[in-house]
Amino acid sequence: MSAIIEIDHLSKQYDSGTKALDDVSLSIKEGEIIALLGPNGAGKTTLISIICGLVVPTGGTVRVGGHDIRKDWRAARKMIGLVPQEIALEPFEKVINCVRFTRRLYGMPPDDAYLERILRALSLWDKRDAATRELSGGMKRRVLIAKALSHNPKVLFLDEPTAGVDVALRREMWEVVGDLRREGVTIILTTHYLEEAEEMADRVGVIAKGQLLLVKPTAQLMGEFGRKTLTIELDAPLSGIPADMADPNLTLSEDGRQLAFDYDTRAERTGIARLLGELAARDITVRDVSTRQSSLEEVFISLVDESENAA
Amino acid sequence: MNMVNWHGVWSIYHHEMTRFFRTIWQSLASPVVSTVLYFVVFGAAIGGRIQSVEGVPYGAFIVPGLMMLTVLQQAVSNASFGIYFPKFSGTIYEYLVSPVGWIEVTLGFVGAAATKAILIALVILLTSFAFVGVHILHPFWMIAFLLLSAVGFSLLGFIIGLWAKSFEQLQIVPMMVIMPLVFLGGAFYSASMLPPFWGAVAKLNPVLYLISGFRWAFFGLADVPVGASLIAVAAMVVVCLAVIRWIFATGWRLRE
Repeated sequence: MSAIIEIDHLSKQYDSGTKALDDVSLSIKEGEIIALLGPNGAGKTTLISIICGLVVPTGGTVRVGGHDIRKDWRAARKMIGLVPQEIALEPFEKVINCVRFTRRLYGMPPDDAYLERILRALSLWDKRDAATRELSGGMKRRVLIAKALSHNPKVLFLDEPTAGVDVALRREMWEVVGDLRREGVTIILTTHYLEEAEEMADRVGVIAKGQLLLVKPTAQLMGEFGRKTLTIELDAPLSGIPADMADPNLTLSEDGRQLAFDYDTRAERTGIARLLGELAARDITVRDVSTRQSSLEEVFISLVDESENAA
Repeated sequence: MNMVNWHGVWSIYHHEMTRFFRTIWQSLASPVVSTVLYFVVFGAAIGGRIQSVEGVPYGAFIVPGLMMLTVLQQAVSNASFGIYFPKFSGTIYEYLVSPVGWIEVTLGFVGAAATKAILIALVILLTSFAFVGVHILHPFWMIAFLLLSAVGFSLLGFIIGLWAKSFEQLQIVPMMVIMPLVFLGGAFYSASMLPPFWGAVAKLNPVLYLISGFRWAFFGLADVPVGASLIAVAAMVVVCLAVIRWIFATGWRLRE
């Protein structure tokens, strides 16, 4: 599949001197869903805002469908739909009129049949004559999606689509994205939930401090990040790990009272049962066990450290 | 591919006009009521003593001034509110990410604000027929001045709406600047009635040129040459357009 978005050495430095984006390059294929993952202030929204035309970059280029976003901005913008992070709707406007308005703003002739299809797909058709202020938070967000889709864009940007929404609504959002994927819309979403990226995206890009640290297929990334550590507190200290139990993932603390075992949560056999069985067979008494997963925050920090050390 | 996106212009214009027609009675009632009050106070009470200005009955004499007062107020308030409200509600992002540039946004918002101002001014003209006999000497120029003034002050209002960061700021310019300029611009008197010094000062007021030109279209009476009036209003349109173009090019108060 060909690239629909080509980001080339993109930078943004604000007048204050803050570098919001630092030499970001990324190619996004048509029809894929890519999640930009990163902590708050990482530069995710800045990246989206530049591509959509809300922020002017200080360096680099972006092409959408082959159109430069600055030189050929009209053609580039016609291909894009944006669902912003903040819910912004005219409170007194009817849902159907909101969607009609956006479609024409994008230079498209009226097409109520198409808009009906979108509103039905988003379960908004029954609410088409309701003023937006009468809608629930989840419905408002869906109206924003309907507006963003009203002109039949090739690329949809979802900026933190589930920020501040409850679990049920988050599920609903994921289903909507799943439907859009089947329609062949290229989707770029930002999130700071690893779980969300895992659920929806084909590829994940990790952004921190304005830099795109890595872009990997979701499955591969989850394999790397989906590891946990099992800590086993022993009743009596060990002088060393028994030779026949040697495993690169198994380590003993200096005082000999703690065994740490790294395992892959997604593996068919994690090796936990085998390990505990072997300890029992050797009459090594276990006092307590606990598990912990490295948080996304830690992952970001280690990735940033790695990239700084590499530089 | 730098063609004007006419669908985009229409979308904005239609959206703004829909809001106007949704509250049509409020939109019309207040200017009509205030016009009637002006006729009662200035036309009947004071006009009874003034009789006529340069041969025109005072009641009729104030009609162009009243219309111009309304056009200026309505144009500024509609255009400034029109663009300020999306800034306030956050929906401004749509204009900034869609394939519309400063031309489409300005045509849509300013076109709608000017249309509303002209419609209300025409209602006032119709209302005034109920009180005084008004004869329009140069209908073409009357329409031309009405149109240019409505557009010029809608552009000014649009700039105020782009500049404003709060509803208070949105109100302050019309109250502190536009109203005094209109009252001192000869809406209810002829500049020739002022003492020579104040007559000269009044000529520095751009609104005087608009009212003078507009009144000339009605009665053939002018405080300043009609050509000067036309140049003043045309200059205002050009300067405002340049400012708006600059705002959109730099993103000042838009992309902050």
